[in-house]
Amino acid sequence: MPATDGARASVSRVRRFWNSSVGKKVVMAVTGIIGIGFVLGHMAGNLQMFKGTGAAQAMHDYAVLLRKTGGLLWLIRGVLLGAIALHVTAALQLSARNRAARPVGYGAKKDQVSTLASRTMRVGGIVLLAFIVFHIADMTFGIGVPGFVHLDPYNNLRNGFTRWWTVVFYVVAMASLGLHLFHGAWASLRTLGARRPSAAPLHRNIAVALAIITALGFAAVPIGAAMGLFTDDTPVTDESQTVSTLTGGVR
Amino acid sequence: MNVTLRVWRQPGPSAAGKFVEYQARDISAEMSFLEMLDVVNEELTAKGEQPIAFDHDCREGICGMCGLMISGVAHGPMKATTTCQLHMRSFTDGDTITVEPWRASAFPVLRDLCVDRSSLDRIVQAGGYVSVSTGNAPDGNAIPIAKPDADAAMDAAACIGCGACVAACPNGSASLFTAAKISHLGYLPQGQPERYRRALKMVAQMDLEHFGGCTLFGECQAACPKEISIDTIARMNRDYLYGSVFEREESRSAGGAG
Repeated sequence: MPATDGARASVSRVRRFWNSSVGKKVVMAVTGIIGIGFVLGHMAGNLQMFKGTGAAQAMHDYAVLLRKTGGLLWLIRGVLLGAIALHVTAALQLSARNRAARPVGYGAKKDQVSTLASRTMRVGGIVLLAFIVFHIADMTFGIGVPGFVHLDPYNNLRNGFTRWWTVVFYVVAMASLGLHLFHGAWASLRTLGARRPSAAPLHRNIAVALAIITALGFAAVPIGAAMGLFTDDTPVTDESQTVSTLTGGVR
Repeated sequence: MNVTLRVWRQPGPSAAGKFVEYQARDISAEMSFLEMLDVVNEELTAKGEQPIAFDHDCREGICGMCGLMISGVAHGPMKATTTCQLHMRSFTDGDTITVEPWRASAFPVLRDLCVDRSSLDRIVQAGGYVSVSTGNAPDGNAIPIAKPDADAAMDAAACIGCGACVAACPNGSASLFTAAKISHLGYLPQGQPERYRRALKMVAQMDLEHFGGCTLFGECQAACPKEISIDTIARMNRDYLYGSVFEREESRSAGGAG
């Protein structure tokens, strides 16, 4: 039965790929690149906070626009959740293998060339995962945000960042995002077989730019809030009624 | 010059090991690191103690047998140098030098500083070969090879299999070794028939031997006495990826007229 043989062969092929260290790294690279795409889009959306007058309305309209896409928003959320699940699973399994590969450590070991970013991928990843969970609870569900109003991101951010410790946590998380992306953006291309990005850390221009732009672009919002830059008090025109009907009240 | 050595001593594969301090006195700066160990061993033998076991063979940097973790750096502080080619002039009088075996679950310690690196041999056995047609010897230069390919293949073929890449890697990964072996055949026309199957098989064997995975720290490249580039790892990944998608299953391609 050639058809069944073919199906079995492709199943074993996928399993072989996932079970290999290179295959898992490829999965991490692809899901990481999906994450980079999301992060850039999210950051661009955030920067509307700095519009001055009309920023509150812009942020509201942006939030409404995302929800108007209906199924597309949930498709993107599904892809992102799937990417995170694969990325974290592969990371945990690879880390376990890597630890097992050296059961007895060195009495003395000096790192020669590895960057701080590469050595903090695991701990930075844990910080980012904790941040993602906190951030969704905080800014999507509004848990603990004083005066949280669904679909009013401008004022939710303003109110949320009146708590100094969230500002600190967000800034720390964005610093680790920058480090994570500096190594990840470069390493993912290498893992996928590209040879172009230079091995010299400071010649990885795209990785450097990406790390700095995302870290600063994201950190600008909590820092701006702490500095009191967001002063647009214009009340937003309430469209949440229509949105609720569009999405069936789902956030 | 005089140096203090902290040497890993372990009587056998399953025995517990520990660091033991030795004084190396009146050492010439012109001695190689291994010759310095020879002097210490002469003294130990004269005292009736077990000499420090360490691997070595050619002592001219081409065989890959010697390999020690010297104060936390594979093959010691000199760049692109094996332990046997490292000279005592690289140290200063009064230094304390820690000497350890390579550490990896795939490199079990046999005794003191000797480890079993046959896991690397098994990776080569898994796919480090090419099909050769029988018959008369082919004419020289019958198969044209582009100069850049020949150079890249030779650069990868410089790997002596010493295991420094594994020792230096924080993950205990043999990716640089495996990638060098895959590249040195894969760059040449003779290596094309098995190119993608080779990558699949050698990576599978590398995982089977319980080496770690590559995180692109770059430590292997810095430790490599033959300066093999991590570019080869990108190439290995590329061949592996291509093979995973397009290479037919082994059971179907095996067999034939023989």
